[in-house]
Amino acid sequence: MTSTEMTSNEPILTLLLAGPAVADEAPALADGAAEALGAAARLGTPVAVVVGAADALPQLAEAAASLGAARVLTAAVDPAQLGAPVADALAAAVAQEAPAAVLVSHSIEGSDAAGRLAARLRAPLAVDAVAVERDDEGIVAKHSVYGGGFEVTSAATYGPLIVTLRLGAIDHRAEAAAPQVSALEVGASGRPAAAVEGFESVVQASERPDLRSAKKIVSGGRGLGSKEQFALVEQLADTLGAAIGASRAAVDAGYVDQSLQVGQTGTSVSPDLYIAVGISGAIQHRAGMQTAKTIIAIDKDANAPIFEIADLGVVGDLFTIVPQLVQALEARK
Amino acid sequence: MKIVVLVKPVPDTYGDRVLNLETGLADRAASETVLDEITERALEAVIRHAEESAKSGAGDVEVIAMTMAPAESQSTLRKALAMGAASAVHVADERLAGADLVRTAEVLAAALRRAGADLIVAGNGSTDGSGGVMPSMLAELLELPAATRLETLEITADAVRGTRETDGGTMTVTAALPAVVSVTERMPDPRFPALKGIMGAKKKPLEVLTLDDLGAELEALGVELDETASARSIMVAATQRPAREAGEIITDDGTAGERIAAFLADRRLA
Ligand SMILES: Cc1cc2nc3c(=O)[nH]c(=O)nc-3n(C[C@H](O)[C@H](O)[C@@H](O)COP(=O)(O)OP(=O)(O)OC[C@H]3O[C@@H](n4cnc5c(N)ncnc54)[C@H](O)[C@@H]3O)c2cc1C
Ligand SMILES: Cc1cc2nc3c(=O)[nH]c(=O)nc-3n(C[C@H](O)[C@H](O)[C@H](O)COP(=O)(O)OP(=O)(O)OC[C@H]3O[C@@H](n4cnc5c(N)ncnc54)[C@H](O)[C@@H]3O)c2cc1C
Repeated sequence: MTSTEMTSNEPILTLLLAGPAVADEAPALADGAAEALGAAARLGTPVAVVVGAADALPQLAEAAASLGAARVLTAAVDPAQLGAPVADALAAAVAQEAPAAVLVSHSIEGSDAAGRLAARLRAPLAVDAVAVERDDEGIVAKHSVYGGGFEVTSAATYGPLIVTLRLGAIDHRAEAAAPQVSALEVGASGRPAAAVEGFESVVQASERPDLRSAKKIVSGGRGLGSKEQFALVEQLADTLGAAIGASRAAVDAGYVDQSLQVGQTGTSVSPDLYIAVGISGAIQHRAGMQTAKTIIAIDKDANAPIFEIADLGVVGDLFTIVPQLVQALEARK
Repeated sequence: MKIVVLVKPVPDTYGDRVLNLETGLADRAASETVLDEITERALEAVIRHAEESAKSGAGDVEVIAMTMAPAESQSTLRKALAMGAASAVHVADERLAGADLVRTAEVLAAALRRAGADLIVAGNGSTDGSGGVMPSMLAELLELPAATRLETLEITADAVRGTRETDGGTMTVTAALPAVVSVTERMPDPRFPALKGIMGAKKKPLEVLTLDDLGAELEALGVELDETASARSIMVAATQRPAREAGEIITDDGTAGERIAAFLADRRLA
């Protein structure tokens, strides 16, 4: 029996956190909300646990319903306290709903809350899943491990499975639902929490797609030579409507922000198209991108290991090839 | 002050890492075991803090390296001692083979309770797990605050502080001690142990603990060692993805840019 044939009305809890507060903008859910609800809708009845500052909750709850939450449970937390209060809210929701699974985005705040919840309930935890399915044994999570070299399926021996979902991995979206909102009663655990002293928001410089969920990515490496010359990667990305990525060497050299690092210790991506520019293709870089559907590599060293996995490899000087490519793409538009 | 750095032995990423397709567990014999790089950096940051405190007279900082790993991986703790940790704790017990996240957290929490640390420093992820959830799980079990994914680390007599990159910005966070923190690969490059350090490491205490040694602490944490007494996470299937094959390799003859554009158009990617 395949996963989609098995349906159930069991509640599937999804943790939806508030995104960072931006001055003059309406409160929004953090990235991954639509994905978590989409995944939940395939397993059972999606029930959202919406957690944020008290005054933002009505708008966040409405957003959750529009993304497919059949019911929305809200809990106000002090955003200046890390980890413990969100786990308190989730634990209260689990007690109330007895869900078959709890789905949480594998973001920083999400995985912190999921870790605390699993430890508190001593409940099985499946981390960084790229898919969740229901088979005749129940709910299972799929993981892409060792740089995409292996696929592992995990499950709970019994009881609910807590799953963190890799951002950008779930394509399915749930249908919008009419808002059905209730406040969750949360008994504070009194667990000590770390405190937020300050927050400096980074203004998004462009309308470029997010690296984690982009369908196309152009990544630059040490071969770009300088922060100024990294602009070539940005030009190519913008021509293609692609996100920007980088190797660790490029991040360490200060060409780009570390949030753009692709690889073992950076972000793992699986886009339709990945163009590597001046990246040698060290095993730790390949670990984060080798599941891309199509890979193009540009490098002047014919022996660079990136060519071993490229669908199209071009040996040559990136400083002449990339501008020509940008021009050719513009001409075809 | 006592600081425990949680170090994790992992298969070397420079070699081929193999998963046993029957058990879904790492095939440790297939690749060399090394200390995960992020935990080496965490150790470096803490050793530097200890050295600076000693120099400035700010007080003694004792650095302990701790791991839960199979007996064979003990050489990695020797390396931690050679780098400058004062002592090491190795939790090794065959009953822990295939331990899931909750079990791993329970056992590490028991060992940490026994050690009595003021500060627990972990990595934000590793090359063979990438979950990065262990620090929060430990904080929960030990009822401590957790400041995770720190890019900078500042330790004072009664608190720890750092910055973390979250969605949309940089956050400064602080926690009163005792606390758990996790740090990222932006920590300093680990030192190469000098010969003096390697020889000195031989005399440093390396304690090996089994589950029996942790009996009292496990009980205090309410841990049921019987595998069927509570729900667990298990691997039910593992498959190897076919290796990717190289495609067409061309050398730029002055038209490579055009060639790539045509390739993209053919595949409807432009
Ligand atoms: C391929 C693979 C897939 C796995 N998938 C799952 C799964 O889905 N569910 C599951 O329950 N378990 C799974 N495991 C087991 C899991 O990796 C370990 O139980 C756990 O140690 C990893 O926790 P983490 O991902 O939070 O830690 P990591 O992200 O690997 O590490 C974070 C930090 O925690 C500390 N730490 C973690 N483990 C130890 C340790 N043993 N000793 C000392 N310090 C440590 C280190 O400071 C480290 O830097 C998997 C293991 C492998 C090899
Ligand atoms: C534990 C661990 C984790 C790591 N995690 C990551 C990770 O997450 N991500 C990651 O990327 N790395 C990671 N690394 C680092 C990795 O090993 C490599 O050092 C890194 O990926 C190299 O980056 P690079 O390819 O940009 O640089 P290099 O290897 O220096 O390659 C630069 C390339 O540019 C080419 N080049 C130079 N000039 C030109 C030109 N004019 N035209 C065309 N080509 C040119 C060169 O021929 C060369 O192939 C990790 C390492 C370790 C040990």
